[in-house]
Formats: sequence, C-alpha cells, structure tokens
Amino acid sequence: MDIDFSPQDRAFQQEVRAWFKTHTPADLKRKTVTGEMLQKDDIVQWQRRLDAQGWLVTGWPKEHGGPGWTPTQRYIFDLERAAASLSMGVIMLGPVLIAFGTPEQKAQYLPRIRRCDDWWCQGYSEPGAGSDLASLKTTAVADGDDYIVNGSKIWTTYAHWATHMFCLVRTSSTGKKQGGISFLLIEMDRAGIEVKPIVSIDGEHHLNQVFFTDVRVPRKNLVGREGQGWDIAKYLLTHERTSIAGVADCKAHLANLYAAADERRSGGRPLAEDGAMRLKLARAEIELMALEYTNFRVLAATAAGKAPGPESSLLKTMGTAVQQTLSELDVEIAAEMAWPWHEGGELGHGRYAHAMPRYCFSRAATIYGGSDEVQKNVLAKMLLAGGAR
Amino acid sequence: MNFDLSEEQTMLRDAAQKFLRAEYGFDARNKIVASEPGMSREHWRRFGEFGWLGVALPEADGGFGGGIVETIQVAEALGAALAVEPYLASTVLGAQAVARAGSPAQRSTWLPGLASGELILSLAHTEVDARHDLAHVQTRATAKGGGWVLSGRKSGVLGAPWADGFVVVTRTSGAVNERQGISLFLVGASTPGVQVTGYKVYDGSRAGDLRLDDVVLGEGALLGTEGEGLALLEHLIDLGIVAACADALGAMGALLRKTGEYVSTRKQFDVPIASFQVIQHRLVDMFAAVEATRSLVLMAALHAEHLDAVTRSRAVSAAKAAIGERARFVAQQAVQLHGGVGMTEELDIGHYFRRLTLFCNLFGSADHHLQRFAALAAVAPNSPPPR
Repeated sequence: MDIDFSPQDRAFQQEVRAWFKTHTPADLKRKTVTGEMLQKDDIVQWQRRLDAQGWLVTGWPKEHGGPGWTPTQRYIFDLERAAASLSMGVIMLGPVLIAFGTPEQKAQYLPRIRRCDDWWCQGYSEPGAGSDLASLKTTAVADGDDYIVNGSKIWTTYAHWATHMFCLVRTSSTGKKQGGISFLLIEMDRAGIEVKPIVSIDGEHHLNQVFFTDVRVPRKNLVGREGQGWDIAKYLLTHERTSIAGVADCKAHLANLYAAADERRSGGRPLAEDGAMRLKLARAEIELMALEYTNFRVLAATAAGKAPGPESSLLKTMGTAVQQTLSELDVEIAAEMAWPWHEGGELGHGRYAHAMPRYCFSRAATIYGGSDEVQKNVLAKMLLAGGAR
Repeated sequence: MNFDLSEEQTMLRDAAQKFLRAEYGFDARNKIVASEPGMSREHWRRFGEFGWLGVALPEADGGFGGGIVETIQVAEALGAALAVEPYLASTVLGAQAVARAGSPAQRSTWLPGLASGELILSLAHTEVDARHDLAHVQTRATAKGGGWVLSGRKSGVLGAPWADGFVVVTRTSGAVNERQGISLFLVGASTPGVQVTGYKVYDGSRAGDLRLDDVVLGEGALLGTEGEGLALLEHLIDLGIVAACADALGAMGALLRKTGEYVSTRKQFDVPIASFQVIQHRLVDMFAAVEATRSLVLMAALHAEHLDAVTRSRAVSAAKAAIGERARFVAQQAVQLHGGVGMTEELDIGHYFRRLTLFCNLFGSADHHLQRFAALAAVAPNSPPPR
C-alpha cells in the first residue's frame, strides 16, 4: 500500500503544473476561479491551445491523438488543469466513436473534434423521459438511405453553439424498451431542426429544447448497431468514472473559498477567523478528502485493469454533494456582495459577482446525468445483489 | 394557551392572501420585476389603502394600531406571492425606526406617508467590513454649527433605489466596534452628498450601496438619543428578522404545495413519481420543515417585544438559525423534486429558491444566529421564560 505518486508521476505533475502556470490565459483563470460562465470561444481557444501541446484528448488512445498517459497521469493532469471544462465532443463522443464507430466515422469526426471544427451537444433527455430515460420517444424511422427523425430533446446544454448532436433515438418500439434505442449523429443544420433557448435559474442560457420535425439523417450516421444505443450510453457513463467526481474543480473552488474568507471581514476581522466559518470550511475540506481518496481507489482499480462497476454512481453522489456544499459556502461568504444580479460587477463585487448564479446552477448537478435518486437506485440494486466490496 | 388569531388578524391575513392571489400572480409579478422602477407604486398604494403599510403603526400616526403579529400575517402573504415591494425595508425597518424613536416632527413628516404608501424609508446600517456585527460602524457623524455632517459608505441597503429617505446608522463617538457612540439619522435621499448606486437583486427586488460625502444635516435629523442608537438598531433588526422569517414561511409553504402537486402529476416509469417512497419521505421532510418554521415564527413574534432584550434576541436568533437551515432545505428539495423544470426561469420554483437563498444569509446566516443564541444563553441561561 502506498498513497504517494511515484517519482515519475511527481515529475510529470511538476511539468504539467509549470506549463499551466505560464499558458493558461488570464481571463480563463479569472472566470474559472469566480465561477463565471465560459463562452464558446473561451473553450474553443483553450482547447486549440491544449491540442497544440498534444494535451487535449487525454482520454483517447495514442493512434487517435491521445498522449498515451496512464490513468494516474490523466488524473494528475485533470488536477492541475483545474476546472475550465472541455467540450462534450472531446470528453464523451470521442471515446464512443473510438469504441463503436466505423472507420469512416472515426476518420470523419475525430480530427474535427480535436481541431474544434465541430461542436457536439448531447441529445438524451426528453420532456417525458428524464429519470426514466429508456422511455424516450424521439423516433428514427428508416426510409431508403435515411432515417426520418421526429420528436424533441430537452435540457440540451449548448445546443445553440452546436454544429452536431449525438442523440439517443427510438428505432424500434417492440420488445424491451432499452433494446429499441439507437445512437445517431445529427448535423444541427439539417432541415426540420429548431433550437429553443431555456434560461435557467442562474439567469443564463446554457440549456435548450430541440425539436425535430421530419428531419432526414443518413443511415451512415448510426453509431454501432440499431438497438445498441442504450449500451453505448451506459459505456459512456462508466467511461469517465474518475473525472465524474470533479475532484480537481472542487479543489480549485475550495482554494477560492479560503481566499474569499480571508478577504471578507466580519466586525472588521477576517471572516476566516470566525469559528463557525472555519468549521464549515474544514468540514467541506474533509468531505473533499473522502471524495478524493475514494476517487483514488477507483483510479487504482482502473489502473489495475478491473472492469467498470457502479463506482460512477457512488462518485457522482459524493462528488455533487461536495460541489453543492462549496457553492452554498460561496453565497454565505459573499453575503450582500452576492446580491447584485449579473451586471452588479461594476460595483466592485468582482470575486463574488458569480456566487449566486454558480450556486443556483450547482443544483442541476444532482438532476442531470441521472438524478441523485436514480444513482442511489443503481447503488441499492448493487448492494442488495451482494455486489458491495 | 391560545395560538388563534383574532377576528381582525384573520381578516387581515385572508384579505392579503386573496388580494395577492388575484392581483399579484406570477406573470404580473414578473412584469413588475422587469419594469424600469422594478416595483409597482400602484400596488404599493393599494397595500397602503388596505392598511398593510401602517399595520404596526399607532392610529394617531395614520396606522392600523397593530404589532408584530399583524406584521407577519402580511409578510407571509407577500412571501407566498414573491412580492418585491419594500415591505421589509420600509414598513418594518424604516417605519419602526421612526415609530420607536422619532420626535413629533419626525413622526408627522414620515409616518402618515409611510402608512399610505406615498413614502419609502430604508434602513442603511450594513458596511462592507461589518458583516452582521451591528456595532461595527465606520460611517461618521460630526456635530457642526448646530447640525451634523455625515460621511461614509453603506452596502446592501434594501429598497435603496426607491427610497425617499434613509435611516442611516452612524458613529458620533467611540471606537469602531464600540457599543456606545452609535447614532441614527434621518437623511432625505436627495440631500446633497448622498449617492445611491442601485441594483437588481437575485430575488427580483432592488437594493443598493450608499455613499455619503459630507452630507450636511440639520439638528432635527438625529433620530433618538445621540450615542445610544445600538439598542434601537438591535431591536429593529430583530423585528426585521421576524418579518423576514414570516416571508420565508410564505415562500416555503408555497413550495411545499407546488411540489406536492408536481410529484402527483409527473409520471416516470409509467407512474406518478409520488408513488416512490423516496419522494414521499422527502415531501414529508419538507412538510416537517414548514411546520417547524411556522412554530418558530410564532415563538419569535411572541417574544419580539419582550422587555428584556436578551430574552427577545435569543428567541429571534433561535428562529433565524433553525428557519435558515429549513429554508435552504425546502428550497433545494423543491428544485430537486421538480427536476429539470425546477431549474428553469420560466417556472416560479426557481424564483422562490432564490428568494429563500438570499433569506438564508440576510441579517446573518444560521451559524451567525446559532453563535448569537449560544452567547446570549451564557448571559441569561434560563430565557426565554414561559409565557
């Protein structure tokens, strides 16, 4: 048993840290620290810079441009990268195409994802299919060389930025409902697609509803076999197991909270000296340690080649709990500095201007990607089947 | 023991709920929030006609002659309606400052207008480095030529852009954290040297920062006794907390009802999600939180005028500490049980969520009041006494 990184891994950490220190754009650093929403251009420029270094598609195998790192190196990299989320194409679609795509699909899409020529959004949830995702009703009916797609997707993050959507559609309504789902790639500029914005309670536009009316999509856009969509979606959920906990983001966030508590005053003294605030920060830090070491254990198991299990559900419930606690603390530390709606930045409330929207949007974390209740159902099933280790 | 409202109090509560449901629905409210002033003077005057704005003012001053029990009936209804008008800022904090410490001239200048809705008066007490320490006052008032000169900055002034005047908390003597030496002044919003930077708040209301640069005031601007203002300020904030808790209760009750309706109709796995035990138990936890909140609002209100300030403040801090936690829980679970739609600006759920989030840290977080309660317990271990 050894909880330290190896000397090679520590050297790697130094290298990565030094690079980020000099190459992270200042405004990206600021936005990441304060929780300000990133714009498409922020992410595209950042991804291109990472790609030029060979560090963008760290989860992809070497032959598709990945750096060939070990899981531990990838973990270290994410820790040092600290927040600044990457696009869904890089994180989610790439690995799926590599595992299930045709050679043509790989050749067509993977380089474009790396260059950020395409922006992918994820079409899973529907108005009637949230926790019960398998009941989704958007249909794709074969017609010659095409599918004709009808239906609607909702909560589609950044659909308004997207050039493409990877989408779960129903190609069969007989038999088990999971078995009739297929994974389809859809260009967003096809006739019959309408994107309607949804403003969320942080006052921002991240989310959309997407409507499909007789949209023709070539059958060659199908990933895997017809009816394999559910398995592909499950593969995707377990693929990014160790990043799902968001340890790196939480660490950066916690550091920001400590800095804010030092800066804010209570009765003229630093808020960080307030006993209750200190305990609250300490408690959050300890919860983050529990999360981090659980994540380490999963990482070690992954490195040892163990098959994916229900860890992603555990890491998601633990991780989102920590994320939400930190966001709550943001608002508490800021107090009246967090009141001004958006444009309040001019009042010099800078560091605190995004505390409220960040907290508000953090509430989505226990809803999207399988709600907290659904994750616990998965875990309960595992426990009661005797699968607990 | 009797927790029943009097006939008059019941009428006040029912009338407020009925009027707001009919005339201050979610759509009407959103139009008010989006309007240039950000509040409805028309509604505000109606509130005045109904007697809500003078509810706790003596009849001689144009009021209704009630007290905190009447105040919380209106506050709860306003919370349930997501109303943004400055009831807490002006009717509770501003008007009560004048009602409790005002000279006859100050009373006649302000109280009838506040009761009718013609005037708005905000309390400006917080400073950036003070947080919730009421004695931490850096804004100075200096005697000069029979009058006063004020300089300093105030932050987080509720209703500031709408205010015709401010009750400004200053220091006329003593060191920055000293209990003695705090004095309150009535300052007209258009007095030279007063600068208000207003902004829209995340709950849809308005607030602002105040800058006072050599503001020259006459002798008659001093409210109450020079140097003895802290006790009054503490009482005002305690009253404000009770009213804010009642407002939160209104919002929490609305969330409980709306969430119950939603989970009964939303179907997943071919059944209403209310058929799942995890949802049922969560709803029951929300219900218990709302009930405890109602009990604590009542408890705090019944101690709000207690002659012993320690007993009063302990009761108020107990309520704020416990209700703060519950408000957060109810707000979070209402969003969670609504799922994605609970995250949208289009639904009122998120607006209640934001209102309750701001409530949690208004006048001090749950932790702040837990500490205050514990500290006061050391002073008066047996309070609050039985009624």
